[in-house]
Amino acid sequence: MLAKRIIPCLDVDSGRVVKGVNFVDIRDAGDPVEVARRYDAEGADEITFLDITASSDERETIVHVVEQVAEEVFIPLTVGGGIRRVDDIRRLLNAGADKVSINTAAVFNPDFVREAADKVGSQCIVVAIDAKQVSAPGEPLRWEIFTHGGRKPTGLDAIEWAQRMVANGAGEILLTSMDRDGTRQGFDLPLTRAISDAVSVPVIASGGVGELQHLVDGVTEGHADAVLAASIFHFAEHTVEEAKQFMRAQGVEVRL
Amino acid sequence: MKFVAVVDYGMGNLRSVVKALEHVAPADTRVRLMEGAEDILEADRVVFPGQGAARDCMAALRDRALIPVLTEVATTRPFLGICMGLQVLMDRSDENGGTDCLGLIAGGVRRFEDHQIDERGQRLKIPHMGWNQVQQTRAHPLWDGIEQDSRFYFVHSYHVVPSSLQVVAGTTQYGLPFASAVAQDHIFAIQCHPEKSAAPGLTLLKNFMHWTGGV
Repeated sequence: MLAKRIIPCLDVDSGRVVKGVNFVDIRDAGDPVEVARRYDAEGADEITFLDITASSDERETIVHVVEQVAEEVFIPLTVGGGIRRVDDIRRLLNAGADKVSINTAAVFNPDFVREAADKVGSQCIVVAIDAKQVSAPGEPLRWEIFTHGGRKPTGLDAIEWAQRMVANGAGEILLTSMDRDGTRQGFDLPLTRAISDAVSVPVIASGGVGELQHLVDGVTEGHADAVLAASIFHFAEHTVEEAKQFMRAQGVEVRL
Repeated sequence: MKFVAVVDYGMGNLRSVVKALEHVAPADTRVRLMEGAEDILEADRVVFPGQGAARDCMAALRDRALIPVLTEVATTRPFLGICMGLQVLMDRSDENGGTDCLGLIAGGVRRFEDHQIDERGQRLKIPHMGWNQVQQTRAHPLWDGIEQDSRFYFVHSYHVVPSSLQVVAGTTQYGLPFASAVAQDHIFAIQCHPEKSAAPGLTLLKNFMHWTGGV
């Protein structure tokens, strides 16, 4: 049976991991290669790098990070952040990434997803969706796509947008709840479930994980195919292996 | 010095395949990306990866005049097909409205059916993406040291349907059981990505490096 995936996410700024990673046996917690190696050893099913480098001069550093990680970590690697052209995608894939995650560029130019999928194949294209609830209490639930870290509304309905991105060639959806991101209160389960049930491709749930039960809920209640988390793994609150043991004990199929 | 050719016909990212093979290569073996017929014919063993659509893969092979070369090497030396490199070995694929393939292994390629549900009532997504188990249905040198039902990383929407069960070396369950590995003489071909499948994947690639062909 297909396992539900657990995906640690690393924020990388100018080639360094940010948002403190706190492993006892890691020499340099800012070194993405060392951190990725550690997650691989713990049994991560994939690793996602989110490049938050602001300066365009240093954008090339993520390519070198991927090259180094791909030398020794033999699980799927995804890179997101700042991807706007097919050339960006090719460079990352040639460096050893397996997938790239497209976010803002898809919102401003939905045809970019189609072009990218045509050029490199849907299996390499993840579309990242940042959604926020816009329905008032008592109304039927409704979510919209937001950009700029959840500050700018776009008026796009999240479910329709997800379906449109799949029609354009997205091979996978990375769904982040902007209401839950950083809150540690768990995924937005109704949102996750609505999107996952509405599209044919796998959905990765993201945003809000604060404890292991949240990972289980994302899969069982949210119908997610994979769960992504950052802080519960970075601060060594839990290892990936512990998360998997916990999920298995709750009846979730995992790779152990 | 021995050479392993990774066939480069412009279909997808081959760096990961090369890196993983280099990781497990014996000291006397070099791994090389090769696109020319003459180079490939000189290799001691051949890895045939691939991503993308069947029609594009076949067109790329035709453009590069690699079809006779693949037929030659697949029958004369250890040959490892990966992902699309498995699918295009078959007679024909249903992809792109029907695509004639290499015909090295008898059988076809079908798409997973839409709207299937799993044991827990959840929708089975297409592509089949993630870590799934491979049940080894027969002994083979490439399975040496790999536990039964080990998980490998898959990403695909089509799967092979060999005409003869004799060639099936492994099966995987996704809505239905499908052939995830086939073996025939010098050919071993697998649907998942051993280069992205952590320890079991590296073991399989290592076994390939030492395999002499045959069972």
